[in-house]
Amino acid sequence: MLDKIQKDREKRQSAWEAVINYFRKRSLYMLHYCTGCGAIELPPIMTSRWDMERFGIAPMATPRQADILLVTGYASQKTIKRLIYTYEQMPNPKWVLGFGSCTINGGIYWDSYNVINKLDRYIPIDLFISGCMPRPQSILSAMKKLQEMIGKGEAKGYERYKQNYEWYKKNQRKLLERETPFLDGGEK
Amino acid sequence: MIFLILLKAFLITLWVVFIGLLFLGIGRKITARIQKRYGPPFYQQFIDVIKLLAKESIWHHWIMILGAIMALGGLIATALHVPIAGILPYDSNGPIFLVLYLSAIGYLGMAMGVSASGNPNAPLGIGRALTLMLGYEIPFAAVLIIFMGLTKSSYFLQIAQSQAGGILHWNFIRYPLAFIGAEIAVQAMMAEKPFDQMIAPAEIASGPLVEWPGKFLGLGMIQMGVSVFIETAIITNLFLGPSHNILDFTLKQFGIYFIALCINAVMPRFKIENAAIYLWTIPLGLGLLQMLITFVL
Repeated sequence: MLDKIQKDREKRQSAWEAVINYFRKRSLYMLHYCTGCGAIELPPIMTSRWDMERFGIAPMATPRQADILLVTGYASQKTIKRLIYTYEQMPNPKWVLGFGSCTINGGIYWDSYNVINKLDRYIPIDLFISGCMPRPQSILSAMKKLQEMIGKGEAKGYERYKQNYEWYKKNQRKLLERETPFLDGGEK
Repeated sequence: MIFLILLKAFLITLWVVFIGLLFLGIGRKITARIQKRYGPPFYQQFIDVIKLLAKESIWHHWIMILGAIMALGGLIATALHVPIAGILPYDSNGPIFLVLYLSAIGYLGMAMGVSASGNPNAPLGIGRALTLMLGYEIPFAAVLIIFMGLTKSSYFLQIAQSQAGGILHWNFIRYPLAFIGAEIAVQAMMAEKPFDQMIAPAEIASGPLVEWPGKFLGLGMIQMGVSVFIETAIITNLFLGPSHNILDFTLKQFGIYFIALCINAVMPRFKIENAAIYLWTIPLGLGLLQMLITFVL
């Protein structure tokens, strides 16, 4: 009996999710965290050249209202703290787009003393856009891909963050609470 | 009887919210076309509101919830007293003073709600909104005094009826200076450029809405739609003659909104003190000049 009720509830929930996912993918508010040089590729996709508003994607000014966090370029030891604050201020459901090679493996700054090489270890990234720089077309195609994933209910980065919270926090603490100076060698 | 009034009020509320959101959506499309973009579909605003209402929300104080509901409730109460092509939920002619009083409740509710959110940008935006209110209420009152004096009544319907008999009798042709003054005041009421100091996304991070997540922002968008509806409806009643049916009325409303959008698309933003000074000189001057021409000469 209880099983049946549970199953019914799950079924109703998944039907509701499927309906609401349509609205979620058609209306995405984007907060761009412009750390690096990638920010310059954003004006063409917002304005008349590649107009992203036709897909329902609009820029927003505050993390409270945003759905997508776009990390444009590398994150350093100092900016990662702000990035984590910003990410945690956004209400669920939320998605992160890693923009450029820097977010994947450090890019051309891979051996720098204070650049975060693998951003995915600190905040859950749903989709990476490779390239240095990625062209506006590839950003737009990534947005379309993200919309597709949201529509199918595959983009679940925020769930991953909740489930593996301990692991993410451990990694973040390792960076934020380190006491040895950066130039003093040591593990990065 | 009371049930009939409640039913009518409910249906009018649905209509007001629907038309308000539709106008905002069409407005985004028109702005996009002016900027040579393709633009979102005209029903984008409905999608946005549904998504936002389904999103997780955070609040820091129960006053925030109270303020959000009071802001929307105050504006819907205002909308119920503005005649839509002569239709009102109860037997009345649309009292102007009641509308003016009630329209302040929405802003006060918003001020209360966003101040409780604790973000320093929010009171800054509300301060700007109230300063701007001080600016546009005075020229708007000057324009209202002209029509109240002419028709010897303080009801929207009587002012609308006094323009019967063809387009040449409409107030915007007979009193053009007052119309221009009121248009500028309405531009400020709708917080369209050059009077969007209150929102100013690049400057104070969307002002009062800065700490409004999910459902609050959805309510805020509905509220924006309702306020656009009210402001265009007031101007339509005052200047654009008596309307025979609801479609006629809505098209006239859209005309007013279209003018506001076109000005919005090509204008930069005033500083807040310059905006207040501008509103106290040009539109107020036009209103007073019209008053002088009408009553003295």
